[in-house]
Amino acid sequence: MIEIKNLHAKVDGKDILKGVDLTIRPGEVHAIMGPNGAGKSTLSYVLAGREGYEVTDGSVTYYGKDLLALEPEERAAEGVFLAFQYPVEIPGVANTTFLKTAINAMRKHRGEKELDAMQFLKILREKTKALGMSDDMLKRAVNVGFSGGEKKRNETLQMAILEPKFAILDETDSGLDIDALKIVAEGVNALRSPERSMLVITHYQRLLDYIVPDFVHVLAAGRIVKSGGKELALELEKNGYRDFGVDEAA
Amino acid sequence: MTTTGYSTRGADPTTAPAFLAPLDGQSTAVLPVVAELRAQGRARFAAVGLPTIKNEAWRYTNLRDLAKLAVTTASGDAPIDRLPTVRADGQNGPRLVFVDGRFRADLSTADGLPDGVLLTDFASACQNHSGLIAEHLGRLASAEDRPLVALNSADLTDGVVLRVATGVSVDAPIELVFVSVGRDGATTASHPRALIVLEAGARAVLVEHHVSQGDNATLSNHVAEITVGEGATLHHCKAQRENAASFHLSHIAASVAAGGCYDNFILTIGARLSRNEVVSALNGGDARTHVSGGYMVRGNQHADISTIIDHAQPNGTSREVYKGVIDDSARAAFQGKIIVRPHAQKTDGHQLNRALLLSDSAEIDAKPELEIHADDVKCSHGCTAGELDDAALFYLRARGIDKETARGLLIGAFLSDVLDEIAEAPIREAFQGFVAGWLEEQR
Repeated sequence: MIEIKNLHAKVDGKDILKGVDLTIRPGEVHAIMGPNGAGKSTLSYVLAGREGYEVTDGSVTYYGKDLLALEPEERAAEGVFLAFQYPVEIPGVANTTFLKTAINAMRKHRGEKELDAMQFLKILREKTKALGMSDDMLKRAVNVGFSGGEKKRNETLQMAILEPKFAILDETDSGLDIDALKIVAEGVNALRSPERSMLVITHYQRLLDYIVPDFVHVLAAGRIVKSGGKELALELEKNGYRDFGVDEAA
Repeated sequence: MTTTGYSTRGADPTTAPAFLAPLDGQSTAVLPVVAELRAQGRARFAAVGLPTIKNEAWRYTNLRDLAKLAVTTASGDAPIDRLPTVRADGQNGPRLVFVDGRFRADLSTADGLPDGVLLTDFASACQNHSGLIAEHLGRLASAEDRPLVALNSADLTDGVVLRVATGVSVDAPIELVFVSVGRDGATTASHPRALIVLEAGARAVLVEHHVSQGDNATLSNHVAEITVGEGATLHHCKAQRENAASFHLSHIAASVAAGGCYDNFILTIGARLSRNEVVSALNGGDARTHVSGGYMVRGNQHADISTIIDHAQPNGTSREVYKGVIDDSARAAFQGKIIVRPHAQKTDGHQLNRALLLSDSAEIDAKPELEIHADDVKCSHGCTAGELDDAALFYLRARGIDKETARGLLIGAFLSDVLDEIAEAPIREAFQGFVAGWLEEQR
């Protein structure tokens, strides 16, 4: 279970999160919607442990542990996974090398035996096939020269390989056409399980047609201002964020 | 007016006596050409001494710590534990070994070389191939404007002589191994000279290893004179991995005839202070040169790469790529000069230096210089200095990869493409191993 309590965070000296409360149980999919600047990406980076995001108050308890006290790699090893809005290009590091290093780092942390090249390739083939990814994408440097859709598929592949307990999907729909969105959503849906929680962060309702959440929350000006079921997303689609004191047309 | 050399203003003659070997230590039964070169070098170095930072060419590299020392010599007969090689285990091949600058016949072999190749030490060459020595010694490396070349000439006793005859191609890499052992409680100096001559259409691959055995401080002051004949190709790779107490100074002067190619790669990992000067002169039309390298320094190390590419004839091509990683309080200097003389139309010259700074106190001084006297040329240069990409580091860590491993991956990635400049796969792989070893030590 993940319990976020009264979470406050600053970026570049500016208060962005101003008291976020959220509880996510195993198997649940929560969506966070909100206008630009509400603090959606800040929340995802704070949970993943990015430097420069200063928590000034509140707590995040992750299966009984103080998540905020852990290094980013420790959080990942504990099962936290952030699917990036803008996956980073890393020239000179082959995608397969990256994936193998990541999975073995996690296995080591969990006290499991590291995979040898053959075992790793077997898992990799299985997972890439399901996502319709080419061998070429694996040989190339991480995300270098990938299209928007390829980058998001690569994020989904990492999630499939690393099998997190808690996945945060930050604006997974951004930069995707409808076909790419469907492929990525299918990949994500295939990973839904009673043990795995997800936090889907999005500006638009469209994504939630494909990844249907159990709960929807509205984040505005650094706080969750409304929570409901999946029907709340449709309401937002119709009325926009005006009801929450935000006029995006302005 | 174009110069390829350096002024000796900004040199300190008071430092000279401590570095010149006593005259009575030198054998008198030498070739007249050697005796003359020694005398000239001696006179020149006595007059100028070590360069100081007031010398424009030495602005970024301060020999102050070296100047404080009085050097002596080592016997060169120390037993050697093991020799570095780029060959896979168990293979043997042509190799000359020098310990503290002295040729070691017991560790060297010229076996496996085809007919038409002369690979020998300097003293033997003086005895048996005096014509070759007389023709090439002191022709390319000028002592006049380079104090350390003068010092090398003054103390010239040993070195390498390689000649590959017209049309002969040597497939096996020829290895030159320089092991510095030194003496406890002293700083010892060696001044090896290399004379390398590839006749027309010849081809050879040369690999230099510079290592220390033990922790003693040593000074190695190398000079290589390299003649690449018409249509000949020399691949010349060097890995400098001396200990952190040593000073490594090197001057390579290459002259490339029409249609020839001089290809040089220098990997700098070791030494407290190192300077690699590479001067590659395209003295024939349609000649090519490719000079590249990687340098990685930390602690208080200092690494200097100073190159001059001299396009003297038309249709020449030069490509220059260096990449460096600088950590802690280490410093690096890159000086890259491309000269295109009036006659050298259709020259195509490119230069790139990229440095990765891993700490706030790491420093790079970069000075690219284009001196173009022809109007129909393509020349470019670029110098960058940057830090590790925070976003990339976080991305890797967010996937469970610990910070040190993530840094290692990114540093390795930064260096990997410069190692691709090495054409010969076994050498590239061996050098990749040296880099991986350095990254391991980092952790």
